[in-house]
Amino acid sequence: MTARTVLQNADITRALTRIAHEILEANRGASDLVLLGIPTRGVHLARRLGAVLARLDDAPVPVGALDVTMYRDDLSRNPTRAPHPTEIPDGGIDGRTVVLVDDVLYSGRTIRAALDALSDLGRPRVVRLAVLVDRGHRELPIRADFVGKNLPSASSERIFVRLDETDGSDEVTIES
Amino acid sequence: MRHLLSTADLTREQAVRILDVAEDMADVATREVKKLPTLRGRTVVNLFFEDSTRTRISFEAAAKRLSADVINFSAKGSSVSKGESLKDTAQTLAAIGADGVVIRHSASGAPAVLAANAWIDAPVVNAGDGTHEHPTQALLDAFTIRRRLHGAGARGRSLDGVRVVIVGDILHSRVARSNVWLLATLGAEVRLVAPATLLPLGVRDWPVEVDLHLDDALTTNPDVVMMLRIQGERMRDAFFPSAREYAREYGLDEERLGRLRADTMVMHPGPMNRGLEISAAAADSARSVVLDQVANGVSIRMAVLYLLLSGAEEGIA
Repeated sequence: MTARTVLQNADITRALTRIAHEILEANRGASDLVLLGIPTRGVHLARRLGAVLARLDDAPVPVGALDVTMYRDDLSRNPTRAPHPTEIPDGGIDGRTVVLVDDVLYSGRTIRAALDALSDLGRPRVVRLAVLVDRGHRELPIRADFVGKNLPSASSERIFVRLDETDGSDEVTIES
Repeated sequence: MRHLLSTADLTREQAVRILDVAEDMADVATREVKKLPTLRGRTVVNLFFEDSTRTRISFEAAAKRLSADVINFSAKGSSVSKGESLKDTAQTLAAIGADGVVIRHSASGAPAVLAANAWIDAPVVNAGDGTHEHPTQALLDAFTIRRRLHGAGARGRSLDGVRVVIVGDILHSRVARSNVWLLATLGAEVRLVAPATLLPLGVRDWPVEVDLHLDDALTTNPDVVMMLRIQGERMRDAFFPSAREYAREYGLDEERLGRLRADTMVMHPGPMNRGLEISAAAADSARSVVLDQVANGVSIRMAVLYLLLSGAEEGIA
């Protein structure tokens, strides 16, 4: 097994800064924005993105967490998963622009589950998707609006996102 | 663990995990859509051989909030009253396609029999069996205590050092048994209070302290006082002289309530006999968490059904 580092700490920071700019451009500012990270690493990325946005736009952007465990379509095929807390910021999501944040976009099934979870919580005006890595191999008609890095990969390869908050270091590696 | 039969089977990690999942389930009740699609297409059978309103309704609400289909079976008016055995009933349910069985039975051990035999291949949840156990009641009690003590920061925590006094008919109480094992596993200090006639023989070997007088137990500065229901049929069996004498010695009256700390929780598994084991003043006071217990019961049962029914294997890991 060989591991290759594709993104390092500085690359991740740069990617998030660029995504923040793109979000502000697409949304014409930070008004009505709500960032929802998908546990576990998506939540940390959402917090970082929120901090960058707050710095760029000089106003705090609400950041929360959206757990999709209970909405997955593969629950009965795997051992029971422990759910994570969902945290919706004060002010809710009704009529807002919600940006879902996740670490890796792969089959698209997690995002499908997230969209279902979202519709049980309220009715956002718009839902966007930001991911750190898009590795392809979609199984559903879903695409990301903001991508940190496109990483064409074989399905046999594994992609690991490590973040300071959970893993003690910042890097994205690909193992084959 | 594939079944939930007894709280004695739970490790500390498993117990905390169930409580943590219940926290997530409790959040669902505060949302616009109070339903999750998780158990869509699964069928849960409530198999109640003994009367129960609140436990059955609570399990039914829990299963429905997880989008499961629910079949309620009560022994009255069923083939059981015509003499059908547990085995035949179980095989019938298996043929119908039950994915989970919630069972209440007047015989201690009936859920274990159902789980141990190959009559039906579905997770079994004990909803109260004889004088043996009532695990989801104990879990909801622990959940209620943890939530009241730690609020939003309750996830991941145990009940280390929490002082719990359980008062009443320990001898016949499955709620007391399930609570004793679970609370001890979670690190709480449990003290049982009952007249000697209502204490089981083996109580000296339990991980608890025992008091014969409520007034002695109240001097230990408890964080929780849990009053058990005195069942009407016990009166005739002369375990104590009269209802009035029981109320005087073991009832949580207004005067005893006044001796508790302002933040001591008063619990009761319901249904309450007001004026007997618990006074109206205690039941309705700010210390009472009786209605929290009922609400939390749904969250706990959702957590248990989720953990046992959703995955492909192992259940409560």
